[in-house]
Amino acid sequence: MLNATLRELSAALDAKKVSSVELTRQCLERIGRFNQQLNAFIDVDESLALEAAKRADARRARGEGQPLAGIPIAHKDIFCTRTLRTTCGSRMLENYVSPYDAHVVEQLERAGTVLVGKCNMDEFAMGSSTETSHFGPARNPWDKRLVPGGSSGGSAAAVAARLVPAATGTDTGGSIRQPAALSGVCGLKPTYGVVSRYGIVAFASSLDQAGPIAKSAADLALLMNAMAGFDERDSTSLERPKEDYGRSLGTELKGLRIGVPKEYFGEGIDAGVLRAVEAGLAWYEAQGARRVDLELPNSALGVPVYYVIAPAEASSNLSRFDGVRYGHRAQGYSDLMDMYCRTRAEGFGDEVKQRILVGTYVLSHGYYDAYYLQAQKVRRLIARDFARAFERCDLILGPTSPTTAFAIGAKASDPVQMYLNDIFTVSAPLAGLPALSIPCGFDEAGLPVGLQLTGNYFSEARLIGTAHRYQQATDWHLRVPKETPL
Amino acid sequence: MSLTPDDVLRLARLARIAIQPDEAGAVLDRLNRVLGLIDQMRAVDTQGIEPMAHAVDVVQRLRPDEVRESDQRKLYQSVAPGVQDGLYLVPKVIE
Repeated sequence: MLNATLRELSAALDAKKVSSVELTRQCLERIGRFNQQLNAFIDVDESLALEAAKRADARRARGEGQPLAGIPIAHKDIFCTRTLRTTCGSRMLENYVSPYDAHVVEQLERAGTVLVGKCNMDEFAMGSSTETSHFGPARNPWDKRLVPGGSSGGSAAAVAARLVPAATGTDTGGSIRQPAALSGVCGLKPTYGVVSRYGIVAFASSLDQAGPIAKSAADLALLMNAMAGFDERDSTSLERPKEDYGRSLGTELKGLRIGVPKEYFGEGIDAGVLRAVEAGLAWYEAQGARRVDLELPNSALGVPVYYVIAPAEASSNLSRFDGVRYGHRAQGYSDLMDMYCRTRAEGFGDEVKQRILVGTYVLSHGYYDAYYLQAQKVRRLIARDFARAFERCDLILGPTSPTTAFAIGAKASDPVQMYLNDIFTVSAPLAGLPALSIPCGFDEAGLPVGLQLTGNYFSEARLIGTAHRYQQATDWHLRVPKETPL
Repeated sequence: MSLTPDDVLRLARLARIAIQPDEAGAVLDRLNRVLGLIDQMRAVDTQGIEPMAHAVDVVQRLRPDEVRESDQRKLYQSVAPGVQDGLYLVPKVIE
């Protein structure tokens, strides 16, 4: 059961081969067995989960609740929940319990999923390794000395270790896709505006987008069907007709035009990553897909542009954490200004402070035009590169990350080294495009490699379908880390 | 462009983050590394390019100006560090 897809689990629940209570107990048992080593969860609530499972079983017994009722899931701890605290991986929110649920939380609850816990993450989603969490680093189930990626590293590690069949994440510069790649699972960042940001602790609002992390592409579709949809409480939520993200699972590969940017296959990429991704590309070509060589000339500027825009928006968004209305407040202070400064010095970790300072700098008088406005202009150039590319191809294929998982601590001393890990993932959020990552093999050290598919706006169903066809022919996505055996 | 220790203290003040004198050097070093990275995009010719503020071009939605939320002050203030009579408590700002 633990390695079954959501569709299989749903069928088993319907056929009464297993109950949601049993399934939830299995997940809780595995969390108890492995979480101490993996640190994938910040909070787990057994009794709430089992109550929800009972309700889901009752719903199934009435013949309702397909396909997700009774499926145990976990939320990244950036989604506000009334029942569990929402820490965002920060001391600032260590004891914060939200008075309301995020839209995604509401939607998945309405679908009948069973929330078992909240997943570890980089503090305020700022990081690519889950090392900046106030609650300590999460660990990669394939090798516990390594990071699971980030910022949704707890969610990816939890799914990879089969602690839960699915989890939510958020992606601002790669925070769903990169941990999915490094942990050997699937993750989708939807088109900006498809999933409501209501109740998601804001990092960089013009980039933030929530999405699912699961074992298979077909599972991503089932989760997206519940997560996506218009929500008037998010001013950037898009009003679009309801769609079935699983409608293209049988998509035709013959004649599919796959864009292959030369910038995604150049220097600086691990040989093992390149080999696995090229083998994936070759598989699609063997099915009749057509390779379209192209260029994304501004893609190297993605990381510098991202590290202007995201900190700028973050410095503004995180100004709300002032010790007045919620969250941490320093103990001793001389006046209001001193209270703000001490509260924020104590409540935020080093990476978050650093990004707030960078953001403050690029928005400050005399530097705004040279940094922030310039970054917004180059952002337009990056988006145009994609628009031009999608005149010639249906989707773009490449590696999700230039490396496989790296050692905890290896990149902590140099922020630039860490940031460059995002080189292939930052462009999609800058342009607002959907992209997903699926496992496509292993490097010589036995670590999973992620293959990224990027599509035009609202092409999630096609991306999922294209990935699903690959997963019908391969079993990379069903491999279980040997450190967390079934 | 490199920052000076004074710049760091000025930014920290603007950002309302207390930085101890012994931390300033390490913060300065990391900020300068990040600025070295982002400086790469400054030389790009962007003459005539419209800044892209958002991923998707959407116009602000409007709704009728009517009351829809009920008063939930108690609930929202239940997570505050200090409240009194429905007001948030902060250190005295007026002598």
